[in-house]
Amino acid sequence: MLTNENIKQRLVGKFGEQVSNFEEPYGLLSFEAPAEMNLKVLNFLYDDPELKFRFLTDLCAVHYPDNKGREMALVYLLHNLTDNIRLRFKVFTDINKPDIYTATGLFSAANWMERETYDFYGVNFVGHPNLKRIQNVDEMDYFPMRKEFPLEDQSRIDKDDDMFGR
Amino acid sequence: MSRPVSYNINDKPLVTDISIGEMPEGHQGEGFFATSLNKVIGLARKNSIWPLPFATSCCGIEFMATMGSHYDLARFGSERVGFSPRQCDLLMVMGTIAKKMGPVVKQVYLQMAEPRWVMAVGACASSGGIFDTYSVLQGIDQVVPVDVYVPGCPPRPEAIIDGVIRIQQLVGRESLRRRNSDQYKSLLESYGIQ
Amino acid sequence: MSEHHIKLPEGSIEKTTSTLNLGPTHPATHGVFQNILELDGERIVSTTQTVGYIHRAFEKIAERRPLYQITPLTDRLNYCSSPLNNMGWHLTCEKLLGISTPKRVDYLRVIIMELARISDHLICNSIVGVDAGAYTGFLYVMQYRELIYEIYEEVCGSRLTTNIGRIGGFERNFNDIAFTKLEKFLKEYPAVLKEFENLFQRNRIFMERTMGTGAISAERALNYGFTGPNLRAAGVDYDVRVHSPYSSYQDFEFKIPVGKTGDNYDRWLVREKEMWESLSIIEQAYRKVQEFKGKDAEVFHADIPEYYLPEKEDVYTKMEALIWHFKIIMGETKIPAGEVYMSVEAANGELGFYLISDGGRTPYRLHFRRPCFIYYQAYEELTKGGMLSDAIMTMSSLNLIAGEMDG
Repeated sequence: MLTNENIKQRLVGKFGEQVSNFEEPYGLLSFEAPAEMNLKVLNFLYDDPELKFRFLTDLCAVHYPDNKGREMALVYLLHNLTDNIRLRFKVFTDINKPDIYTATGLFSAANWMERETYDFYGVNFVGHPNLKRIQNVDEMDYFPMRKEFPLEDQSRIDKDDDMFGR
Repeated sequence: MSRPVSYNINDKPLVTDISIGEMPEGHQGEGFFATSLNKVIGLARKNSIWPLPFATSCCGIEFMATMGSHYDLARFGSERVGFSPRQCDLLMVMGTIAKKMGPVVKQVYLQMAEPRWVMAVGACASSGGIFDTYSVLQGIDQVVPVDVYVPGCPPRPEAIIDGVIRIQQLVGRESLRRRNSDQYKSLLESYGIQ
Repeated sequence: MSEHHIKLPEGSIEKTTSTLNLGPTHPATHGVFQNILELDGERIVSTTQTVGYIHRAFEKIAERRPLYQITPLTDRLNYCSSPLNNMGWHLTCEKLLGISTPKRVDYLRVIIMELARISDHLICNSIVGVDAGAYTGFLYVMQYRELIYEIYEEVCGSRLTTNIGRIGGFERNFNDIAFTKLEKFLKEYPAVLKEFENLFQRNRIFMERTMGTGAISAERALNYGFTGPNLRAAGVDYDVRVHSPYSSYQDFEFKIPVGKTGDNYDRWLVREKEMWESLSIIEQAYRKVQEFKGKDAEVFHADIPEYYLPEKEDVYTKMEALIWHFKIIMGETKIPAGEVYMSVEAANGELGFYLISDGGRTPYRLHFRRPCFIYYQAYEELTKGGMLSDAIMTMSSLNLIAGEMDG
C-alpha cells in the first residue's frame, strides 16, 4: 500500500538531503527541492514502478515578495491515479532570475500551464516550445499577478478614487 | 349660377405659349417631403430587425434562453439571427469584453452597414460589470457608440426583450436623415470611426 | 479558338497551404477563442489556438475579496453549470476551515449539483447537434433547462449565475414549491431525454459525422491532463466523485459510463449516459431528503456561527448574533493559515481550487484548476489530418466554455 510515509522514504532514499521540508497539510504530502532538480524529481516520480505519479493535475506559481532569494515558488500537483494519492512538489527561485526547466517533455499538459505561469509571473521556462503570453494582450510589458502590481487599470480617468477607494 | 371667375389678375407678359407661375418661398428639411414614408419605413424596419448575437460569456447563455421557445425573441421579428455583420442591423454585445477583444468589436461594428444599432446586454458590456481589472474593457461604449444598455448580471430574458423593444422604438422613430446629420457624424468622429 | 496548353517549368507551382481564421467571433466557436487553421484543401495540417479574449483576472480579483465574496466569481467560470462551481468553492473553504456539514445539507447539495450537471450536458449535446445541422433538439431541450432554472430560482433567486449556498450550507431551506418543481422535473424529463436520444443516437447521419473523428487514445489523454467526460470517453474511468468522495457521494449508487475510442461519438454518448445517471442520483437524493422529518427537516446549514451569517431577526434582537454578524462582515473571524487543494467533478472534468491562506481575511493566492483550459491544448492533436467540418464537430463536442478557459 502506497502511503505518504513510503513516498517520503523513497524520495529521501533517492535524493537524500536535496528534498526537504516535508509537510502534510490536510493529508496531502508536500515537499520541496532545488530549482535545478525539478525535472530529475519529476522523472523519478513518473518512471518509478511503485510511485507512478503519471498525471499532472496542476502547475502554478506563487509570489512571496518577502522571502529574499526565494520569492518565486512554483507548485506542481501530481496525482497517482491507480493508487489515488496526490503529491505537491514545490521549487523556489529568485525573482531576478526565474529560470526553471520545462516539464513539457514529460507532460504535454504542462505546455499551456507554463505559458500561463509565464504570462502572470514572468517565470522563464527553459526549453519550452512556445513561451508567449497566453491570457493577456501580447503587448503587455509587465507580469500582472506579481504582488507589486494593482488589480485595477491605473489609466482610468472616469472613476472617482475618493468614492471607490482602491 | 356661375359667378364670375377672376384669376390671372396680375398682368403677366406671355413669354412663351405656356406661362408658369412663380413658386412661393417654401420650407425644406426633414418631415416635409417624406413624412409618412418615414413612419412606414420605420414600421417595416423595426419589426424585422436582424440581430448579430456577439455572445462572449454568461449573458450569451441567457440569450440562448431568450431565443428558445419559452421567451421567444422570434415573435419580435428577430427570427433570423445572422453571424455576418454585413447582413445584420443590430449588434447585441452580450458578455464581458476584454481589452484583447475590443478591436474585434470595433472591427465587427465597422463592417456593419448603415443603419445599424448597438445594444449592450449585461453589466459587463455596459460598464465592465463586477470586473474592475486591468484586462477588462470598462464598457463597450469606449469603442463603439451604444444605443440601448440592458443592465443585469445576467439580465433576465424579459429584460433582454425589453431592450429589444426599446431598440424597436428607436428604430421606428428614427428619421431617414439621421445617419447623414452632423450630430451623428460628430458622434462617430469621437470614436475615431469614419 | 485555339487551345493553349500552358507549359510551366518544373517545380514552379508550389503546393501551399491556405490559412483560415476561425476567429473569435464565429457561430461555431461557442465562446471567444481563436483558431488559425492551416488547410491543405479540406485537410487540416496544423492549428494555432489563441485564448484570452475574455480574460477577467479572476485569480487577481480573488486576492482582494474575503472568502464568501469569491463565490460570485466562481459562478462565472463555467457559467452553464454555476452551482457546481459554487459548491466546489464552498467545499474548499470548508476543508480549510475544518467544517463538516450535516447529511441533509449534503444531500441537498447533491441534488443541486446533479441538476447543474444535467443542465451543462444538455447544452453541450444539443450544440453538437446544432453544429451537425440539427436545430430541433436544441430548441426542444432548452425548454427543460427552463425547468431547472426555475428550481434554482426558488432556492437562491437567480437563474444562471446562481451564487447558491454559503460556506456551511444554504442560505434558506428548500421550500415546498422547490420540491414540487423538482418532482415535476423528475416526472417529465425522462421522456424528453429519451426523445432527444432517439433523434441522435442511432441516427445514421449523426453517426457518420461523429464516429472516428477527433479521436484520442487513453495514454495521450492522460498525458494532456484530460479529465471528465472527455477522458472517460477515451476509456479511463476517473471520476472525482468516486475517487475522493465529497458531500456524501459515497452514499449513492451510480455507474460511470466509459467509452472506447475517445472520438466525438463516444463523448456524446458518455454525456448522454451521464445524464441518465444524474437523474437516478437526484431521485435517490430526493428520497433520502424526504426521510428527514420534524426538526431534522429544518436543517439547512452547519452550526458554525463563526462563518455562517446569522438570521437577520436574530441580529436585531440577540447580542451574540450581532457580535458574530459584525465579526464575519468585518473579517475578524479566525481563518487558519494553510494550503488546501480541493477538487470537484464539474461538468467538464476535475475543477480544482488551490487556496493558500495566510490567516488574513482574503486568500494569499487562489488558483483555479480549470479543465477546459487544460484540454484545449490537445485540439491540434485531435484534428490533425482530419477535415475542416470534423474540426468544427470536435470543437463543440469537447464542450469548450470560454469563461472557464480564460478565467
